[in-house]
Amino acid sequence: MTLDEVKRDQECEIVDITSEGIMGQRLLDMGFIPGTRIKVIRNAPLVDPVEFLLKGYHISLRHSEAKKVEVNLL
Amino acid sequence: MSSKSDKIVVALAGQPNSGKSTIFNMLTGARQHVANYPGVTVEKKTGSFRQDGARIELVDLPGTHSLTSYTLEERIARDFLLNDKPAAVVDVVDASNLERNLYLTFQLAEMDVPLIINLNMMDVAEKRGHKIDTQKLSQELAAPVVPTVGNKGKGKKQLREAILSTSKKGQAAPFRIDYGDDLEPILDSLEKRLSEETEISSRYPVRWLAVKLMENDEEAQRLVMKYSQKSGVILKSAEEKREAFTLEHKNSPQKVIAITRHQEAQRIVEASVTRKKEITSTLTDRIDQVACNRFSGPLVLVATIYLIYEIAIVQGYRITEYTWPVLAWSRDLIASLLPSEGFIFDPFFRSMPIWVVDGTIAVLNYVPIFLILFALIAILEDTGYMARMAFILDRIFRHFGLHGQSVLPMVIGGLYVGGCAIPGVLACRGMKDEKARIATIMIVPLMNCLAKIPFYVLLIGMFFAAYKGIAMFFIATITIIIALSIAKILNLTVLRKKESAPFVMEMPPYHLPTIQGVLRRCLERTWLFVKKIITIVILVSVIVYVLIYFPGISKEKKTHYISQSDQTQQTFFKKTGKDNPYTGLMTGDNLMEFTRYWRDYKKAKMGAKGKKAKEAIDQEFREKNFQFFKIVKRGKYEVKGEMIKDKHAKKVYDAYKKLSKTTNKLRREIKEETIITSYMGRAGRFIEPLTRWAGFNWRVNIALMSSFAAKESSVATLGGIYQSPPGEKDTLEERIKEKEKGWTPLHVLAIMLFMAMYPPCIPTLLMVRLETGSTKWMLFATFYPMVLGIIIAVLVFTGGNLLGLSGMQAMIAFYILALIFLVLMGLIKREPESS
Ligand SMILES: Nc1nc2c(ncn2[C@@H]2O[C@H](COP(=O)(O)OP(=O)(O)O)[C@@H](O)[C@H]2O)c(=O)[nH]1
Ligand SMILES: [Mg+2]
Repeated sequence: MTLDEVKRDQECEIVDITSEGIMGQRLLDMGFIPGTRIKVIRNAPLVDPVEFLLKGYHISLRHSEAKKVEVNLL
Repeated sequence: MSSKSDKIVVALAGQPNSGKSTIFNMLTGARQHVANYPGVTVEKKTGSFRQDGARIELVDLPGTHSLTSYTLEERIARDFLLNDKPAAVVDVVDASNLERNLYLTFQLAEMDVPLIINLNMMDVAEKRGHKIDTQKLSQELAAPVVPTVGNKGKGKKQLREAILSTSKKGQAAPFRIDYGDDLEPILDSLEKRLSEETEISSRYPVRWLAVKLMENDEEAQRLVMKYSQKSGVILKSAEEKREAFTLEHKNSPQKVIAITRHQEAQRIVEASVTRKKEITSTLTDRIDQVACNRFSGPLVLVATIYLIYEIAIVQGYRITEYTWPVLAWSRDLIASLLPSEGFIFDPFFRSMPIWVVDGTIAVLNYVPIFLILFALIAILEDTGYMARMAFILDRIFRHFGLHGQSVLPMVIGGLYVGGCAIPGVLACRGMKDEKARIATIMIVPLMNCLAKIPFYVLLIGMFFAAYKGIAMFFIATITIIIALSIAKILNLTVLRKKESAPFVMEMPPYHLPTIQGVLRRCLERTWLFVKKIITIVILVSVIVYVLIYFPGISKEKKTHYISQSDQTQQTFFKKTGKDNPYTGLMTGDNLMEFTRYWRDYKKAKMGAKGKKAKEAIDQEFREKNFQFFKIVKRGKYEVKGEMIKDKHAKKVYDAYKKLSKTTNKLRREIKEETIITSYMGRAGRFIEPLTRWAGFNWRVNIALMSSFAAKESSVATLGGIYQSPPGEKDTLEERIKEKEKGWTPLHVLAIMLFMAMYPPCIPTLLMVRLETGSTKWMLFATFYPMVLGIIIAVLVFTGGNLLGLSGMQAMIAFYILALIFLVLMGLIKREPESS
């Protein structure tokens, strides 16, 4: 499944990043690499974007961006 | 003073929110200088300090997570390290977030610059139960590690010492990341190949370049092309290797490199950090449970925005009531140094400088508001709430090609009523998404700034008196509706090709900002404004002055006015009578002197509040010229405790009052005629056939054109054009109504809408130039609102006329149309995500 489908408070493990170019590099730079655990903290009041917890820091992505991250639920 | 050669240049790098600015301030204190990196609008801060006799110049690099060539900030940081070759680099690392921060550290180390690792936020790390073995860390990274608590100034001395000793060594300790058995052989061979190109290897670290080529970094490829004859071969082989690698390992080298760096960071953190306890919920988490919550989040946001508006705009405006007298005083001071005024004609070297001073202080008047606004922005940035604002609002704004971060500039520009576009445009700084940033800069001036308000109030009071609230609401919200639509149109057209950054946004932990940091930033930005803007405002107001006052009235007219003035003076002397002892005091130049005395006295009296102040003024003027004083008091004054009624003085008073009234009337007529026959007046008449479709006559045209220099002057110019007839003290509203009998609310609606779209004032345009770094954008920001304003005004006026709508009906119809248009624009899909 992809990261945008993960529900609030669920935790998962990143499997792969499917976007390339600037977006892919940005995700890699921010630590979205295979094997990393990531947790959905909350949706913004209007659902999008979503806040995640990853390696001890908080980061928010739009759904369209989270779609490019493949994950496995833990 | 030290010469340039013994200055040691050191760069400060780090990820955003690591406390880089705080460390910069801690190290350099007050000795700072702000400029831009050449050719771009990114701020370059330099500061210096002395350490053991050496002068160290610290350059603050943009805060970046990485050092790719994808974003402007990263390119700037990288280019500085490559080309300016600083003696050392201080890497500010957030100790509570060590693993992610090391990712940048590695990339700095790979660039072969001598590094100092500054472990900042040690207090936060400790609070979270992280114990960092700095020695072990230093060993792993082959660089000195200095812990600090930036906001407390802890560790300053040690950091300074480490900077000096490292930069003296002059050579980077060898450091390399092992990218694994699959990639290393490829990197090796590339490295060897690159070493053969002396033009390249003498300039750049070849290992770094090899890694970058495998990452498919465009800038790195450009460097090879620039300095190697055989770049074609090298780049081609790099590309083949990249592709072969990807095919074989089902993963691009780019990914493998990033993964390896993160793994290495993880390894080092595991080796050097022990976690005493696992913190489950930090204070930040608890705050965000409220601040980002689906129900309370928007409330907190609205409250914050309201608070900004209330403190900066409302209270700030109140402060200007105290600062204004200071400005007015300095204006009077300057006026007193200029050639003195004439009876009906003022010399050029008086009226021109005064005009310029008036224009300048009209802008300076807003400085208190700027100071407060900039301080509040700094607080929002430093606490970390800015990221939350963007988080909450992004969904709405991105439908229109904007970003969650666009809200702050819009609020400052006057999202509801009253703001200022100048700090609004400046607040767009720091928006990462270039496309959204430019779009925001372009629409901020459409907001309702403070100077537009009096204009609306005047016209609404006249023509929509029964629906004041509704009309004000209309004008306040229609601008947002139009602005959002415009943003989307720009996004789909002129901004199409601009770089759009991914949203990916860190939500940093909340921090208490330091007072010093906030003050410094708000003073810095205000100073930047004053410095950049004022000179140009002066220049432009000279030009506008010429346009409004030249070529001036004809010679015949001039003699006509002079003879009229002479006549009234003769009448004055006839009335006072020859045997009046005061008449002698008023002849020749004395009449002018008395005129000045009279004007000063009236003005002083008007400004004085309370009995005491009035008495003090009387005393002052009495001492200045007792004879004149008798006259201005209408012959009633005190001598040695006795009230005297002086008939002669009263007679002069009455006669002079008449003289003054006629003179003022002449002055007004001259001014009106000057404006009407001026270049601006001619232009106003010239375009009248066109603007008729929008319901504007030439008088309105002039008022609108002259308000280009500063919107404050729109009401003032109207006041100048619609002079009150002599002897009657009509309000401006009554005067306009009398001269413009044909005006309907429809006319006024069109004018107000045009004013709402009106081009930004000149200071704002300069800000646009500064922040976009492009004259083209400045010109665009000047002309598109004009075209837009005319289209809207014609639509409303001519359309409303054809349909036979009343002002209110047209208002409602236009509002609905605009709303529909907005929704349609919001629904248009954004161009496919570049993936
Ligand atoms: N607790 C703590 N806060 C700090 C420290 N250094 C900086 N800060 C705060 O962190 C916030 C962000 O700092 P700033 O220097 O603007 O970060 P930058 O984005 O890297 O420039 C500010 O509110 C600072 O006052 C530190 O060592 N400890
Ligand atoms: Mg900073």
